[in-house]
Amino acid sequence: MYSNNLILFAAAGAEVSSVWDSVLNAILMILFSLIAIVVVMTFAGLSVVAERKVCAFMQGRYGPNRTAIPWVAAVPGVGGILRSFGLMQLVADALKFLLKEDPLPNHVNKPWYLAAPAIALTPVLTVACLIPCGVIYTDSGKIPMAVADVDLSLILALAIGSLGAYGAVIAGWASNSKYPYFGGVRASAQMISYELTMGICALTVAIWVAPITGKPFSLFSIADSQSGAMWLCITQPLTAFLFLVALFAETNRLPFDMAESETDLVSGFHTEYGSFKFGLFFVGEYGHVAVASALFATLFLGGWNPLPGLSWPADWGWISSVLCVLTFLVKVAAMIFFFIWVRWSVPRFRYDQVMRLGWQCLVPLALANFVFYIILRAAIA
Amino acid sequence: MSITVDRKKLSFLERTYIPQIIGGLYITFRNMFKKKVTLSYPDQRPTLPPGYRGAPTLVKDGDGREKCVSCQLCEFICPSKAIRVTPGEIAPDGKYSFIEKAPKAFEINMLRCIFCGMCQEVCPEKAIVLQNEFSLTGLSRAEMVRDKAALYAAGGTMPDKIKKWSRVKSNAELERGDH
Repeated sequence: MYSNNLILFAAAGAEVSSVWDSVLNAILMILFSLIAIVVVMTFAGLSVVAERKVCAFMQGRYGPNRTAIPWVAAVPGVGGILRSFGLMQLVADALKFLLKEDPLPNHVNKPWYLAAPAIALTPVLTVACLIPCGVIYTDSGKIPMAVADVDLSLILALAIGSLGAYGAVIAGWASNSKYPYFGGVRASAQMISYELTMGICALTVAIWVAPITGKPFSLFSIADSQSGAMWLCITQPLTAFLFLVALFAETNRLPFDMAESETDLVSGFHTEYGSFKFGLFFVGEYGHVAVASALFATLFLGGWNPLPGLSWPADWGWISSVLCVLTFLVKVAAMIFFFIWVRWSVPRFRYDQVMRLGWQCLVPLALANFVFYIILRAAIA
Repeated sequence: MSITVDRKKLSFLERTYIPQIIGGLYITFRNMFKKKVTLSYPDQRPTLPPGYRGAPTLVKDGDGREKCVSCQLCEFICPSKAIRVTPGEIAPDGKYSFIEKAPKAFEINMLRCIFCGMCQEVCPEKAIVLQNEFSLTGLSRAEMVRDKAALYAAGGTMPDKIKKWSRVKSNAELERGDH
């Protein structure tokens, strides 16, 4: 990463002096992290609007199309579009979360109660820094466009991403109230069950790409192995499907809405939360969806490559890099749409059904799939 | 004779639920492009069916005569006690002086009115009619009490088929006992 930043900086036309190397590196690191956070937050906010709009459209409604910020709405053309697409609703929602009264219930375990929303949000933003959203072609080779290009980024993403469960668990326990408690317990059980499937699927992918690339656990290498080649969702359809189902469970989205399950647990683990603290959970949930979409796009949908067997040519230079990022963002947006689409189509599973599906179907299937691909890989090699 | 209905065994694909989920996804996706059922209310107005019971109003007949004869039946029947009629005399030299009474004041408190339409049903003169107005707003309670002028303004005219008050003979003739 150190050298990458310097090359980026040199590409920007600045002279790299050895004295300021470390300072520059640190500043760039912080800058890139901030950009990653801003991008994830933007995606989370936009997916909230998208969720409301898409569900409205699927139910024959218009969704939010009235909220208007006076000066902005008056801009001809743009103002009307922003208004009818509900984008100003986003600002209204955010303001509501910020300005509402923030009560601290008397019966809660205060330190953990206050920590839980941050614990729920932080892993999401951390994982976002690991995901390569494009590639920069230089004379010396490809440079991943990720804040932190770690060799084990796949493992790290899964490890940190699953820490998000602690947000729900701690919130459920610290709330000292029965519904949040149930929500927390369910969240933890579900996370553990489906992480297993996710891990095995990730291993299957790593095994598959290992002979192609030297770093089978690096997200960049996995995505890069799909440029100009078949995407992994084509070569490994079952792995992709199992990973997707597990992702739905990991992000607590319907049909695996165990942690929240508003039909039987009021609002699950965040029942006792309001205003800004609830807002953090809310943003965390949608950030999780965005990051999960990015992860799926990287692993199975060819990352920044436009079509299977096709990649943006290296000799186009920075144009190619921009196209890479745009392609990746389109894929992430499509995946977010898919998450929303499934939520408004499929009813919620019962708790025992979730457990049965996880342990009796997905885990054995994932294991069988893993063994199959090991044998196939060995046979090809 | 009792019949045992065989339970159909689910096929393997059905037990995976995947075809059903895909079918559901197809339905929701198709729904996105259908015409919206929402009415964008203040911009679009609903088409009201005939016989709609909106706000009660007072109406005049084809000649511009106020139909109400202030019999106060509506006031007495009103279940929410929204109507208050103050009876008054008709000026003796007028064309319709033989009707004897007309409301001096007529108030309907729209905060009390429940739009039941009993006043309309009970009115012997078809003078009070529930019309299409359904969106009533005001900034004060006093504003929501509609007086006679407001009620006539909202009501307009509603000509009768049978003109029972259009007399051929003059009052003077009647008083002489010519009928």
